[in-house]
Amino acid sequence: MKRINRILPVYAADISGVCSALYELGGMTVMHDASGCNSTYTTHDEPRWYSMDSMVYISALSELEAVMGDDDKLVRDIVDAARNLHPRFICLGGTPIPMMMGTDFKGLARMIEKETGIPTFGIATNGMHSYVRGAGEALRRIAERFCPTADELEEIKAGMGQMGKGFPEGPGSGGARLGVNILGATPLDFSLTGNVSGIRKFLSCHGMETVGCWAMKSSLDDMRLAGLADVNLVVSAAGLPAAMELKKKYGTPYVTGTPIGRRTALRLAGLLRLGAGTGKNQSLFGGEASGEGVSGLHHAGPCIPGLPDDLSRERVLIVGEQVIAGSLRCSLREDLGARDVTVLCPVEGSESMAEEGDMLVWDEDEAISRIGRSTVVIADPLYRQVCPKDKQAAFVDFPHEACSGRMYHSAMRPFVCGS
Amino acid sequence: MLKNLHEAAGCPLGKQTEGPDAKGTATELAALSGLAPFTYGLEYSAPARGGWTIVHIGMLLPESHQVFVCAQSCLRGVVLSAAELNDSDRFSTITVDEESVLDGNCEEIIIEGITHILEGLPKLPKALLLFTSCIHHFLGTDMKLVFGELDRRFTQVGFVQCWMNPIMRKTKMPPDPFMRKQLYSLLRPARTDRRQVNIIGSNLAIRESSELYRGLKENGFFLKDICTCRNFEEYQEMASARLNIVTHPLGRPAARELKERLGQEWVYLPVSYDWDEIGEHWKCLSDLLELDWDCVWKSLKLWDIRKKAEEALIRLAHMLEGWSVVIDYTASSRPFGMARLLTRYGFRVDRIYADTISPEEEDTIAFLKERCPHILVCPTVHHKMAVLPRGLYEESGGRVLAIGQKAAYFTGTPHFVNMVEDGGLYGCGGILELAGLMQEAAMEEKDTGKLIQVKGWGCFC
Repeated sequence: MKRINRILPVYAADISGVCSALYELGGMTVMHDASGCNSTYTTHDEPRWYSMDSMVYISALSELEAVMGDDDKLVRDIVDAARNLHPRFICLGGTPIPMMMGTDFKGLARMIEKETGIPTFGIATNGMHSYVRGAGEALRRIAERFCPTADELEEIKAGMGQMGKGFPEGPGSGGARLGVNILGATPLDFSLTGNVSGIRKFLSCHGMETVGCWAMKSSLDDMRLAGLADVNLVVSAAGLPAAMELKKKYGTPYVTGTPIGRRTALRLAGLLRLGAGTGKNQSLFGGEASGEGVSGLHHAGPCIPGLPDDLSRERVLIVGEQVIAGSLRCSLREDLGARDVTVLCPVEGSESMAEEGDMLVWDEDEAISRIGRSTVVIADPLYRQVCPKDKQAAFVDFPHEACSGRMYHSAMRPFVCGS
Repeated sequence: MLKNLHEAAGCPLGKQTEGPDAKGTATELAALSGLAPFTYGLEYSAPARGGWTIVHIGMLLPESHQVFVCAQSCLRGVVLSAAELNDSDRFSTITVDEESVLDGNCEEIIIEGITHILEGLPKLPKALLLFTSCIHHFLGTDMKLVFGELDRRFTQVGFVQCWMNPIMRKTKMPPDPFMRKQLYSLLRPARTDRRQVNIIGSNLAIRESSELYRGLKENGFFLKDICTCRNFEEYQEMASARLNIVTHPLGRPAARELKERLGQEWVYLPVSYDWDEIGEHWKCLSDLLELDWDCVWKSLKLWDIRKKAEEALIRLAHMLEGWSVVIDYTASSRPFGMARLLTRYGFRVDRIYADTISPEEEDTIAFLKERCPHILVCPTVHHKMAVLPRGLYEESGGRVLAIGQKAAYFTGTPHFVNMVEDGGLYGCGGILELAGLMQEAAMEEKDTGKLIQVKGWGCFC
């Protein structure tokens, strides 16, 4: 039945995605909400909260302010805090009640920016979508607002050349080393287990250089130089809106896929070169190699403990975010010989990245039924509770921060192939 | 290593390399005026998670199932609270999306959703706690209709109306006390047992160290508490008590409602760190139970317990000479009362973290203002608290003892008493146990980061 989860969890919401994407950039993110969204985000959706400070706040909206439509208080509170904290930008995100009130985030952002001079933008999230949408929109706004125009970028490049800075034989210079932006990296999909370092290493191993990683372990200044890249790598669906924005701004092509498993990673590296060379977008999915089965190469397969050695006769179900799950599917086929693999995407997904039989619209009953029909299930451990106990199906733990939060941190391993 | 985000240049308001000043985030007791000493705007959420949520409170009702009807962002926290308790099988959700808000058929969605959930459970629960949210509050969802229909469809299930509406948290009936009240709404009138006394409205059972159990038992009474009820039948037996004792201030609406509905007498005997007040509580309880106060006092050997506790506190204060003691409001509903007790025996209480002050502590504050005017009162949710240094522990050479998770977090100390809501400590025996817990905390380092991030401290589930 639509909307009902009798036992399975819900995923991190759009507002958490916004906060997660902007966390390390020195800005101030304000959730316009009464309470709850902040502690939910900081407890379950943000593994950096204890060890890395960030200016993420709640507006503490009260019933009276909501009924009276008192936006002035919100503006005043944000301006006061900004004067004390000096953020590089201010982002205002919405939750269900502002949606009910019809809060004008664009107008509020304009008022705050006028008063503080700090770049401010509002994102009209409403807590009713997944983190994919929130993080995607937040990263897109960074590209739109902070990345210079193509003309300005040329001036920056010229300046960097004169000062001896930048990438003399690398990104954007037509040299041998391709410059790549990693788009869509947040702990909600990649946790803090070394996946992001793995992606950087993967690029480096293939003679490429990371220009910026959107948005972990890169500063806002690094990200502003995104236009220097030859090609963008979209490692999760949250990176797609920014990739499209950067394509619009600079014409930079993007490649969709996550380096999981050696053969798939190798193909992805080839696609990056192809994309950079042709200027056309590429994707791991639907490519020629995705149907090729190669068995007996377990050592080259995805780094997910518990995967059976031979998947050629198995009916495999992967539950997860679409780009990562789709990349894993490629790896299972190319590295472990799997034939029958479907993806269940419990968050926003796109038909263009899906294969026939994939499930993109959430329905718990249907999800449980599919799990019951599969012989190998690769999913967050919280899905174990609906795996039929009497069947011999193999359940492979694939913990996902946006699903079980911190519950399985100790069992998390990097799944990215760093070579 | 914390990253100082203020080192970054580029803010039009100017570059700030030192981080914000602490202005507005601490006030000496001598300068304290009013019960809300800080100005609030944007709020910070410290990563100390021991406090109970409404999910934890709801789980106290034995053989119950919870259903939350909210938007995805609101569901996320409660879903994982239940999952972390390994109680997902007692927990379901109905997601509110844009379509359901626009269509205006929330009542139908809830009724059909609950029906679907109940029909799919292996066994019908004795109780179903139905939580609706701020959205329903604003939409004016007809909950009377919803419960009427659910009662008709499932006569064997007791439905409890609950709210997850934090938008009401600054009103007279915020979600927490409302939840504590609703927990008892399924108690039905029963014959009074003159020997039975209840504790009402607490999340944590009173610990065995308290003389309360012994005092009641020796005089032929027995105590019931929802925290220790193992099944729905035991929960129902709470309707038979002759007296309800409330020890936590947020439990009072529950007792008032039970008085109105079941006629149960009640008394508010809050946790106290004042010997005289504890004595008065015992006197009051003795009168209500028609006991001889002098006999009770003697039989419980309250003087002996007090003497032991005083000796332990004096010894510990001596041992901790030069140490700072910091207390926060999550550890106790009476943080200033606790500070008063500790300073009396020689501890140096330097800070109390409390965003607002309970009117119950006004007299205590007046006392402390005179005796310890330099104690700092600090907020926990003020926006600057997100980025101000948390280095008292290092600054003081590692000599900070915290009582409470937030006090530990904000001072950075590994020496802390890990408890919330007074940890079930009560009476003279509670103070004696507190002395022991403080000593243990001073002697051993704890993994602060790991411990304070666990949700729902002491939750029985």
